[in-house]
Amino acid sequence: MSFEFILFIFFSLIAAVSAVIMITRPNPVMSAIFLIINFFSIAGLYLILHAQFISIVQIIVYAGAIMVLFLFVLMLLNAKSEKDILSGKNKIKIFAVVIAGLVFAQIAYLIFFSSPGKALSPDVAASIKAGTVEQIGKELYTNYLLPFEAAGFLLLASTIGALVLAKKHFD
Amino acid sequence: MSPLLQTIIITVVVLLVLMTIAANLIWVERRMLALWQDRLGPNRVGPLGLVQVVADMVKIFFKEDWIPKFADRPVFFIAPTIVIITVLMSFAVIPFAPGISVVNLNVGLLFFLAMSSLGVYSVVLGGWSSNNKYSLLGSLRAAAQMISYEVFMGLSLMGVVILAGSFNLNDIVEAQGRITWFFIPQILGFFVFFLAGIAETHRLPFDLPEAESELISGFHSEYSGMKFGMFFVGEYLGITLISSMIVTLFFGGWLGPSFLPPVVWFLLKMAVFILIFVLLRAALPRPRYDQLMSYGWKFLLPLSLLNLVVTGLVVLLLK
Repeated sequence: MSFEFILFIFFSLIAAVSAVIMITRPNPVMSAIFLIINFFSIAGLYLILHAQFISIVQIIVYAGAIMVLFLFVLMLLNAKSEKDILSGKNKIKIFAVVIAGLVFAQIAYLIFFSSPGKALSPDVAASIKAGTVEQIGKELYTNYLLPFEAAGFLLLASTIGALVLAKKHFD
Repeated sequence: MSPLLQTIIITVVVLLVLMTIAANLIWVERRMLALWQDRLGPNRVGPLGLVQVVADMVKIFFKEDWIPKFADRPVFFIAPTIVIITVLMSFAVIPFAPGISVVNLNVGLLFFLAMSSLGVYSVVLGGWSSNNKYSLLGSLRAAAQMISYEVFMGLSLMGVVILAGSFNLNDIVEAQGRITWFFIPQILGFFVFFLAGIAETHRLPFDLPEAESELISGFHSEYSGMKFGMFFVGEYLGITLISSMIVTLFFGGWLGPSFLPPVVWFLLKMAVFILIFVLLRAALPRPRYDQLMSYGWKFLLPLSLLNLVVTGLVVLLLK
């Protein structure tokens, strides 16, 4: 058993357990804390795959920024327990079950019927190099320029949208 | 000497030095503030009051470690440790001298940003778990303040990255040896990073999360004993961290004339910035919260974007 394998088991166990704990907590703030732990273990898994940049960005963006905003909103709302929120809202429950089923089917299809190794380079050194900042930057600004710019445009549009919604009248 | 042993020795030495610096900063800050405010400061315990720190430590360790009955116990317990852990982790990537850093990470700068963005959880969770209105207000302020200033902090450093062509802190220091210390071409970036650094460590004048006069110490109102001590030491470690990042990124890190060893140069430059942080506390009043936010988003953000665009353009033209 190599050291990497032990680390893989360690991080995947934390990821799986924290994900289960996250959805079973009645208190939304505790759920948020376990989601942060989950993001960390996934960042660890990226590190094992030598994707240092993605691993750090996972922590900066998800654990460092998005979850802080989540906690901010949760604390401001002072959310009641889930039972009060969901009682008598059967349509939402059915919708949630359908969405969850669809996502599950999609992931199951990807795992069992596609070959995930196809995209990998057989050359180990080349695939390690693919995780560096330089490589990702080069790919983003050459091969994937259009989707990258489209994503940037979408973010800009949503920022302006949020501003307009928050500031009801402009003088 | 095997690499593993070397790493362990460096880690232990860095940890010991940092803890000594953080503890003695309490004395330095009190004496300096006293000097600037025309008072005496702590001068009773030992020569010049130097042993005051030991007395404070003994006191804080023996204080009753009280957890309020209405608090969320596990979160209340974890919150103060987060700030210490994240700040100490950040020190792992800082090169104190050629070859003397705990790890030589090629995304070192991003690692620092990631860790400093996690530090906010300490304040936010501490305030929330205290289950107290003032604490909650403090942690809400901290969340909004730190997430805003993180944006400019990251953006202001990208000019340095463009000039050095690397996220590795060792490479950045070496690039400053080749080009020039980056505070000259990156004076705007330095300015923004300095202010964002004060806001990230929530020091005066930007200490709105704890603002004694309005929020009775904000997020740590309910904390006592060593748990409060951890927030306290975490703040001083934070100042040390921001000072050493300023030195590494803008003031040539360990570089300096060769009559002193590189580590001494690094520590000297760091000490200067720590003293500037202390002096700022003595000199400036606290702004209002909306002033802090609009100053950030309406002044520092455009400034750091301008700096980024101009740096990129100049580097591109010179190539």
